[in-house]
This record gives sequence, C-alpha cells and structure tokens, in this order.
Amino acid sequence: MAGLYKSEFKNPVINWLDSRLPIFTMMQREYGAFPTPRNFNYFWSFGGLAMVALMVMILTGVFLAMHYVPAADRAFDSVEHIMRDVNYGWLIRYVHMNGGSMFFIVVYIHMFRGLYYGSYKSPRELLWMIGVAILLLMMATAFMGYVLPWGQMSYWGATVITNLFSAIPFVGKAIVTWLWGGFSVDNATLNRFYSLHYLLPFVIVGVVFLHVVALHITGSNNPLGIEPTGPQDTIPFHPYYTIKDMVAMVVFLTLWAALVFFAPNLLGNPDNYIPANPLSTPAHIVPEWYLLPFYAILRSIPNKLFGVIAMFGSILLLFVLPWLDTSPVRSANFRPLYRIFFIPFVIACVVLGIVGANPPQGSWLLIGRIATAWYFLHFLVILPLIGKFERPLPLPESILQPVLRQGGGSGGLPAGATAAPREVS
Amino acid sequence: MADTAATTHDADHGSDAMPKRDFLKLVATAGAAVGVGAIAWPLIDSMNPTRDVLAVSSTEADLAPIPAGQAVTVVWQGKPVFLRHRTEQEIKEAEDVNLNQLPDPQSDQARVKSGHDQWLVVIGICTHLGCIPLGNKPTDPRGEYGGWFCPCHGSQYDTSGRIRKGPAPANLEIPPYAFTTETKIKIG
Repeated sequence: MAGLYKSEFKNPVINWLDSRLPIFTMMQREYGAFPTPRNFNYFWSFGGLAMVALMVMILTGVFLAMHYVPAADRAFDSVEHIMRDVNYGWLIRYVHMNGGSMFFIVVYIHMFRGLYYGSYKSPRELLWMIGVAILLLMMATAFMGYVLPWGQMSYWGATVITNLFSAIPFVGKAIVTWLWGGFSVDNATLNRFYSLHYLLPFVIVGVVFLHVVALHITGSNNPLGIEPTGPQDTIPFHPYYTIKDMVAMVVFLTLWAALVFFAPNLLGNPDNYIPANPLSTPAHIVPEWYLLPFYAILRSIPNKLFGVIAMFGSILLLFVLPWLDTSPVRSANFRPLYRIFFIPFVIACVVLGIVGANPPQGSWLLIGRIATAWYFLHFLVILPLIGKFERPLPLPESILQPVLRQGGGSGGLPAGATAAPREVS
Repeated sequence: MADTAATTHDADHGSDAMPKRDFLKLVATAGAAVGVGAIAWPLIDSMNPTRDVLAVSSTEADLAPIPAGQAVTVVWQGKPVFLRHRTEQEIKEAEDVNLNQLPDPQSDQARVKSGHDQWLVVIGICTHLGCIPLGNKPTDPRGEYGGWFCPCHGSQYDTSGRIRKGPAPANLEIPPYAFTTETKIKIG
C-alpha cells in the first residue's frame, strides 16, 4: 500500500496506528533512543520541569475556569466561592497560584544555565530566541492572570502597566483606550484579559513545541560546551535522563507542595485580598516577584518613555545575545574572565528584584540605577569585550575523555560506559 | 560484567532474568498510578455540586393566596414545582380511578398529605423527556383527564399528576415536602 509508514513495532495494534501516524516511532526516536550528552548535570533537568509546570498550570487553570466569573462585580467573589464552596477549590487555586511562581523559578534557572554554559551560541541561536519568545508569552500570561481575581493589586497593577503604553508618542493615549476597551481598567478589560489568559498558554505550548524541535535538530549543549564527537560521548535519553528528570521532578513537586500546603500566600501580596477599589490606590503598587526586576528597571529611568524602552529593551536585548557574546568558547567552565563577571551579573538581577519590591526613593533608587546600569553594561559592553580579551582554558578532547581513568585512552573504558543500557529487546 | 549479562539473556526478552528491575518497574508504575489518582480525584470532585448549591436545597411556599381550581409554579433546586389547589370534584376524580387502568399504579392518598387532600405538590417535569407540561394557567389545555398535558409528545396526566396516556413512563414525581403551618409548606 502506498503511503504507509514502515513501522517496526511488533504489537499489531501499535503497528497499525504507527504505520498511519508514526507517533510511536517518533517518540522512540526523539525521547527513547535520542543520543544525549552523557555529562548532563541537574541544571539540564529544568527544561523538563518547565514542561511539567506548564501542563499543571493548564490543567488547574481549566478547572478553575469552570467556576470563575470574569465580571468586575463578581470576579472577586467567584474566587472566594472557589476557595470556600468548590470541592478542593482551595487546592486547585493554590496550586495554580503558586504554580505561576514555580514556573518562573524553573524558567529563570533554565535561562541562567543557558547563559553560563553558552547554550545560546551557534548553532543554537534560534533555539535561544524561541526561548525568549516563550518568556515574553509567559510574562504576558502571568500579568493577565494576576488581574483576574480583581483585588487591589490586580486592578492597580493593570492600571499602571497598561498606562505605560501612553508613553508611545502620538498614538499612545489611543492605544491605551483601545487596550482598556473604555476609559479606565474596568469590566471590558477584565473580560478580554480572561480570554487572552485562557488562549496564551496554548500559544506557549505551540512555541514550546518549536523550541523542542529546534533543540532536537542541533542536539543539546552540555556542561563542557563541546559537541559530542561520537557515540561514546552520548547515552540514550531513556532510561538515563527520564529517570534523572523524574528525580528532579519529585524535588520540584515537593517544593511546590510545601508552598501550597504550608505557605500558600508567602509569595503573594496581602493587598490582593482586598476587592478592587478604583477610588483608592494602595500605598505601594508592586507586581508579583517574578516581574520585579523589570519593574525596577522601568522605575530607575526618570523619563516615562525611556523607562518603558529600557524595560522592554532589557528583554529584547536577550534576543541578540548570541551576537553580543564574541567568545568562541561556550561553557563558562573554560572561560575564567566570563566566570568572574557572571557573578556580579547574577547579583545585579537579584538586586533588581529586591529594588523592584521597594518604593523608588532614596537609596533604593540609587541602588536600582546602579544595578540597571550594570545589567545593560554586562550585555552591551562586558560580553563583547571579554570575548576579545579572554584567554580560555584548554578544552577537553571529548566529553568522555575527562572521566576516563588516568593513563587510559580509548582503551580504558569503564565497564558500564557503553552507550546502550544492559537491557536488550 | 558485560559478559555475564549476555549469557543470562534468553530468547524471550530476558524478562525472567531481571527480577529486581521488574520489581522496581512495578513499584514505580504503581506509585505513578496512585499519584495520577491523587491528582485526578480533586479535579473530578471539583465538578460536583459546590457547597453553596448543596446548601440551597429547600424552598418555602405560601399556599394561602391560591384559590381552589388554580395552581402556582415555584422553583426548587432549579426545577419547577406545581402547587395545585384541587376542587372537590378533582379530588373525587383522582380517588375514584381504578388503579388497574394506570400505567404507573399509585393511589391518590399516596400522593398527598393526609388532611391536606386539596393540595397537590408535584415536580413539573414530564417523565418522558423532560419538558414542562401545560395545565397550571387557566388558559392552558389540561388534557382529557383534567390534570396536565405535555405539548412535546402528548403525555397526559390526571388530577393526581399520574400518567394516563402518552409516552411518559411514570407519574409526575412528588418532591419531599412538609406542612409547616396549615397554609405553608417547605419543599426539600
């Protein structure tokens, strides 16, 4: 029969399905036998954790949507209805609420891994850029999701952030009216945020699919930053990294559960348990913690338009990172100068987060400005220069070579170091 | 070690040769199944009626304003409930019916509260496919038996709300109710 795929599965049902739609073959190739560098550390588990977080967020979100009412006069009460009247509503809500934080924790660590080990460098530039796109979608989704409970922070955070667009010359005010669907953040705004908040996660799923496809074309990076030279440098994804990722997942879920069951409001703002009041502004308007660094950058520039440009610029800058970093060496393990400068960069990011939580006055403003300056300096000045002046350490011959016994070449392979596990079909 | 592994491989996939791995796989799968169940149950249960819906499960109705021969519809648990004040003639018609003639035999006494024969309280949902039968308004057709007439498929109910003719299999359901005073009832 023309057109049928030649499936190699023995089970007749699976063979029938696979020859018409080779998902089983695809799964076996991409997640079963896929040759993966043998030297992954646990930083490489965070992409998988992000996938788990996304799936749980969609699942809990869909069930919350069965009870939530997206109307300005009923939204807040509907959330309390979920907490008090819906069976396990409190659990589903707290999992979803803290899941937003867990998703960002995991994605930020995933990104810092990329920055440290040079995973954004050729040939993975597009992979990195797709990742930045996912981050932007996540930020939009999270921002709109936070508006839905219609608490004080929901309302005023929405007001502040949507007002930013009025900084755009000429058309700014019209754009803001269009975004609001009215003359202030109100019912129309809430309704469209609900629609988009339901939609974007599925867009994220699509972009994540592209992200994984791009990854499978180039193959993964690894802590040494050198490409695999042959089968001795790789192991099949299953069972080695499936089980390793499962260990990471257990730790991840335990932390998530600890938050949900013992400190569900630790990362939240108490002001959001006050129903939105358009006539009363809270003393300190702050977004959720994962948006604080960008909030700090925004508020460190005294000019409204340039503040907005700086804030968006700080993320858009990431798109061109592969071309800003001029070093031919990927992993920071072999880049002594880059390693030194990596530390103040991470510190600057953390400091920006802390600054974002505090009022933009006095010392906080000064510290925020210094940290903002360092952030941009790191990408625009330090990275391009380091590549030119750094003397990298010598790279190993291969991924396998550093773990061989002393004095052994390819003849000193440890017994268990073959690419395939002992189980044979 | 690679050698001993090779000699223990049988033609039938070698599964008998690795009891420890099989055990671990079994335990892991069982654990995963428990995990999936633990996650699925709260999500499924969240779709069950919420506590506020369960709390609003009774309705009070005042019968005093209803004159004889007329009826009123109230809502109980989201369903219509017919409250009919029966005339003497309607009560007699209901009591005189030979139970053998009924598709769903039930005496009139079993369908009303003793001492309150003139009050018929039935759920106004046709037992065929769920339409609301006509007969409460004075202008409604009541069918051949003076009760209710369902316009969807022609089921006809008598003055006791029992099915007499048509595709409906059962009498109109009597909800749980009680008289709190001579003229007030609490349904549910």
